[in-house]
Amino acid sequence: MAFRYEFRLSGSGGQGLILAGKILAEAAAIYDGKNATQSQSYGPEARGGSSRSEIIISDEEIDYPKAVNIDLLLVFTQEACDKYCKDIREGGILLADSEYVTKVPTGNFKTYFLPITEIAEKEVGKALVANIVALGMITELTHAISKDAVESAILSRVPKGTEDLNRKAFTVGINAVKRLIKKRP
Amino acid sequence: MREKNAELMTGNEACAEAAIVAGMRFFAGYPITPSSEIAEVLAGRLPREGGVFIQMEDEIGSMAAIIGASLAGVKSMTATSGPGFSLMQENIGYASMAEVPCVVVNVQRGGPSTGLPTLPSQADVMQARWGTHGDHPVIVVAPSTVRETYDWTIKAFNYAEQYRVPVILLLDEIVAHISEKIALPPREEIEIIERQRTTEPPEKYLPYRCYESDIPPTADFGSGYRFNVTGLSHDESGFPTNNPMKIDALYRRLNRKIEQHRNEIIAYKKNFLDQADFCIVAYGSSARSARRALQEARSQGVKVGLFQPYVLWPFPYEVLENIAQQCTHFIVPEMNLGQIAHEVACATKRRVIKINRVDGGLITPSEIFERIKNVSV
Repeated sequence: MAFRYEFRLSGSGGQGLILAGKILAEAAAIYDGKNATQSQSYGPEARGGSSRSEIIISDEEIDYPKAVNIDLLLVFTQEACDKYCKDIREGGILLADSEYVTKVPTGNFKTYFLPITEIAEKEVGKALVANIVALGMITELTHAISKDAVESAILSRVPKGTEDLNRKAFTVGINAVKRLIKKRP
Repeated sequence: MREKNAELMTGNEACAEAAIVAGMRFFAGYPITPSSEIAEVLAGRLPREGGVFIQMEDEIGSMAAIIGASLAGVKSMTATSGPGFSLMQENIGYASMAEVPCVVVNVQRGGPSTGLPTLPSQADVMQARWGTHGDHPVIVVAPSTVRETYDWTIKAFNYAEQYRVPVILLLDEIVAHISEKIALPPREEIEIIERQRTTEPPEKYLPYRCYESDIPPTADFGSGYRFNVTGLSHDESGFPTNNPMKIDALYRRLNRKIEQHRNEIIAYKKNFLDQADFCIVAYGSSARSARRALQEARSQGVKVGLFQPYVLWPFPYEVLENIAQQCTHFIVPEMNLGQIAHEVACATKRRVIKINRVDGGLITPSEIFERIKNVSV
């Protein structure tokens, strides 16, 4: 069976999930030498409304680009959590921002509840980089893409002048997961 | 380490880059989801390539502007979605009638009206062929990946130049917005075709006189040639005529120039059709789902193959007729209520199983696979 890894990043419009998805796909495809696609689904609103970004990583050509058997689901809203946690594969990972997601779903998957936006605000200094903090967490939780690859992709995609801020956000995300795993191995 | 020659690109970005490689130096358009990134990229890129980008007041003006620019000898393009494509129809007819090479990108959305701006659809297949009135020539192509979008944008310009027709590049939201790994081909491997220009001096030039073929040589406005261009039926001087013989000759030639070359224009890909009992016919992003369904079905021993037309119009009737000598059932997944399915039935005279989705979702591989299983037992 070919290697296929599926991510879905979901929340509402403006949270930077489509950019985060493009960064993950670029990291895997351009810096880790695999195949990757990123596709998205969002509403007609300029801001708000539900937004989701799906990334497939594979060692073969990717035909169907949507996630059906999710390895990692990131949720930034309760609505996204309720709607999508049924699509996580058995043994997969749910990563939720505990500030927005309060009702914890149950299922055959590992759940990680972290105050992602709060961490971004307090440890990095800007709530805006919550998406990049989440990328750090995803990288550390899944090991599906190398850290170097994700960092390179972040730096190639973020606006000029914000590289240090985003690099810090990525590291903060990685460390938050490391601390959590130490506490509950 | 960054992989050399590899890029992560969306279909819309690939379309814009390919158009520049094809020699397109004039874009007029009005941004509309899900096509806007084509205009966005070209607004930045074209001025640096010595080209012109204009944001027009609407899509009627956009289409008129690219016709004007093309008559001045510059390869021209516009990009839109459903509602804008509807507005362009009258001037697409004008381009067909006046034989003005141009490329119109329609990133389809669900319709009618403003419909589903951000979600995928393939419901403009018939509009692309018959949206403008009258018997008219047009070529329509529909890629399924970012790389195919790159290649077919270039070929769309080649067809437009070679046959002096508007060429419609039909994309959908998946193909347009997906980010995919792509290795761009080296420029020297890319074939670029230019329109045949007249060798007559300005005083002898007749804009619609044909010589060896049904395609009259062109002259560029602004290069000393003066001639009339009209949407009325005209003779070889370009002026309107009511002479029944000349009218008949014009309409028959306009359509013959595509019909006679249909075998050179038609393009498709066959997968596992050599020993297949059933055939899936899929285009655009539905072909992506079909490829996955095909793999699953083959791995379970079902004798199914895939026919993916890159060129939708002219439709490959003869090719499918041949496949029907061997395949008993045809499965046609498309994100509309059955547009190409009808053409497949017409060509094959076999049972056609339609798989249709119009809720804004991409048809899934399992939806196709389940139907194949039902047919095969």
